Amino acid sequence: MKLRRSMLFLPGANAAMLSTAFVYKPDSIMFDLEDAVSLREKDSARLLVFHALQLPVYRETETVVRINPLNTPFGHLDLEAAVRAGVDVVRLPKTDCAEDVELLEREVERIERACGREVGSTKLMAAIESASGVINALSIAKASPRLTGIALAGFDYVMDMQTERGDGTELFYARCAVLHAARAAKIDAFDVVWSDLNDEAGFLKEVDLIKRLGFNGKSLINPRQIELLHNAYAPTEEEVEYAGRVVAAAAEGERKGLGVVSLNGKMIDGPVIDHARRVLQRAEASGTRK
Amino acid sequence: MTDLAFDLLDRLPRFDGFASRTPHLKDPELKRSRKVCPSLEDAIRRSGLKDGMTISFHHAFREGDKTINTVVDLLARLGFRDLTLAPSSLLSCNAPLIEHIRNGVISRIYTSGMRGKLAEAISHGLMAHPVNIHSHGGRVKLIQDGELNIDVAFLGVSTADCFGNANGISGRSRCGSLGYAKVDARHAGTVILLAEEIVPFPNAPASLSQDEVDYVVKVEQIGDPSKISVGAARITTNPRELLIARLSAEVMVHSGYFEQGFSMQTGSGASATATTRFLEGYMRKTGITAGFALGGITGGIVDLHKKGLIERVIDTQSFDGDAAESLRTSPNHIEISTNEYANAGSKGAYVDQMDLVILSALEIDLDFNVNVITGSDGVMRGASGGHSDVAAAANLSIVVAPLIRSRIPTVVRRCTTVVTPGECIGVLVTDHGIAVNPRRPEIVQRLKAAGLPVMTIEALQQRAESLTGEPRPIEFLDKVVGIVRYRDGSVIDIVRQVKG
Repeated sequence: MKLRRSMLFLPGANAAMLSTAFVYKPDSIMFDLEDAVSLREKDSARLLVFHALQLPVYRETETVVRINPLNTPFGHLDLEAAVRAGVDVVRLPKTDCAEDVELLEREVERIERACGREVGSTKLMAAIESASGVINALSIAKASPRLTGIALAGFDYVMDMQTERGDGTELFYARCAVLHAARAAKIDAFDVVWSDLNDEAGFLKEVDLIKRLGFNGKSLINPRQIELLHNAYAPTEEEVEYAGRVVAAAAEGERKGLGVVSLNGKMIDGPVIDHARRVLQRAEASGTRK
Repeated sequence: MTDLAFDLLDRLPRFDGFASRTPHLKDPELKRSRKVCPSLEDAIRRSGLKDGMTISFHHAFREGDKTINTVVDLLARLGFRDLTLAPSSLLSCNAPLIEHIRNGVISRIYTSGMRGKLAEAISHGLMAHPVNIHSHGGRVKLIQDGELNIDVAFLGVSTADCFGNANGISGRSRCGSLGYAKVDARHAGTVILLAEEIVPFPNAPASLSQDEVDYVVKVEQIGDPSKISVGAARITTNPRELLIARLSAEVMVHSGYFEQGFSMQTGSGASATATTRFLEGYMRKTGITAGFALGGITGGIVDLHKKGLIERVIDTQSFDGDAAESLRTSPNHIEISTNEYANAGSKGAYVDQMDLVILSALEIDLDFNVNVITGSDGVMRGASGGHSDVAAAANLSIVVAPLIRSRIPTVVRRCTTVVTPGECIGVLVTDHGIAVNPRRPEIVQRLKAAGLPVMTIEALQQRAESLTGEPRPIEFLDKVVGIVRYRDGSVIDIVRQVKG
């Protein structure tokens, strides 16, 4: 059960940020070769990211590379570099249908075989950024066993929908569709970036919403957002205390060979225990909510 | 009468009228205005300044200072040569001095630091004599010990009265505390005030007092207070600085010295200022308040003072307008001289009472020695300031610095220049983790118990090198361009001329 609350975007061409971003301890770091890199810097960014991925300091953080779409001149070069450098996850932008993922998977496998990397060790993520993508979310989410999650990308999506970012109403259907697809496929779901860095209250309001909807986490564009997000996702002391008792009661039940146990007269079964374990995991990662 | 009494009377002067030794008292106009000079040139003439003498200034306006350049320009025009320049510090704005050094107007310098073009020129061998770099406390010690003899002090003040009662908290260009100037006013042979405004007698409060001042000259502007701090008062949004600030606040809280009535000093750096904000959260949560904050004072400290979290603010240099305003309005914001602040030879320095101090570093090495004067290219670009003074005296000195500054490691095997000895540094806080000096095992224990990311300084140095590669050694020539004086006057290191 890998914790994926925060996925920090880093522009692939920013050498200084590439070498130090892990100090902010996001759950995943995403090196961007796509929209955050200008055309003239595509090659140098790819080279920088190729080297950054091999730094020993990134061994303890999940690394993700957002490649350019495979129908651009850069997509295949990006993929070669990322897979060969040992990236954990490749993030595909602008995923409209399952075939996009299947093409990516075939390419990844080819590169894995070519460079001697264990086949299947490169995980995938698909970003959904269009109306078609949202409609096809379920088939996308189930397109490859390599998929760790799907993400909604808000900016392109609202453009495609001929609307703009507002109070979240414009994203309501897409969020629910992506989330349901992810849960049906038993993979993670990530929400859109919050781009107004100075509107901390707005950010926290949106985090509260997506957490209640059930998203695993959110893509972030600034390290300052990490602690805010982790804290919002951290359980309260009461929740931790209760989760501890649930897990203890479950262990006790298992020891006694009981299928179902109860705590304070309430039945505790599989899903309740899983939820309790997630609570304890979040508490271990970031403590209780401040 | 005995013979003895006759002898004595023979030697004593005879009464010769009430004004024989105070002739100005006979002239009602002169009596009041005798110190006020019509021009700076007149004041210089009356001061008796001669070639080869020592002149001094304060640097409270930092990059906004207009006094040093104006006075030295005039001295050059008047034909003075071979002067020793002894300001409390020099900054980038003092680049025009290069010309005066070349032309022989200035031949020696004592300063806490230097930056910009002047520092570059000196690092490249501009001067025949090496510059003496002292700490703020160390400067007073050199003056007291007689090595640094100030013949004429030129002190910029925003208001003064006709007798020289002056301060930096009234008038137009307010720099706040006159902590440095107080020392010069007391020790210089002749004291000339450059006042922006001459106010009715008696001016109060008198940071500089009439019994220390010889001449007063009205000038157009002594400095630009908006350039004292460029952005330091604003809370940083840089995530790395915020990360370091949060960690250093946690180090303070878990150090064992965070107790009711504790004392602290934070510098003017972005991380240091942000540290006070994080500390505020802990102070509110625990109910612990500080007895006093010391040093260079920023708006961040003033804010905590206003909120009742710091009882007294002890101010030897005001780093921004908020600090200057607080000094004017709060009875518990107190101005002190750098002698009281940090002089090892004084009868009692405030630093000796310090619990926790946050300090910066350009480099820190495996022995925790700190360099705050030379950059990674060997060129001088900083200031000794109060660094070694507070580090020596505080119960715990915490150095905060990013592990890497755009490709350049901060944690290194050996410092280019040692300003503060490692034995005075307790903790290093970087964005990559915290290192504690092995001399302080109790601090290691406390920080680890609090769950803070404590690692060895060797591990941090290795981490930096693994990210940047090993830097090529700087190439120096034999010529010594700077002598780093420790706060007790001893020589702790030298700076050589950089090649190229």
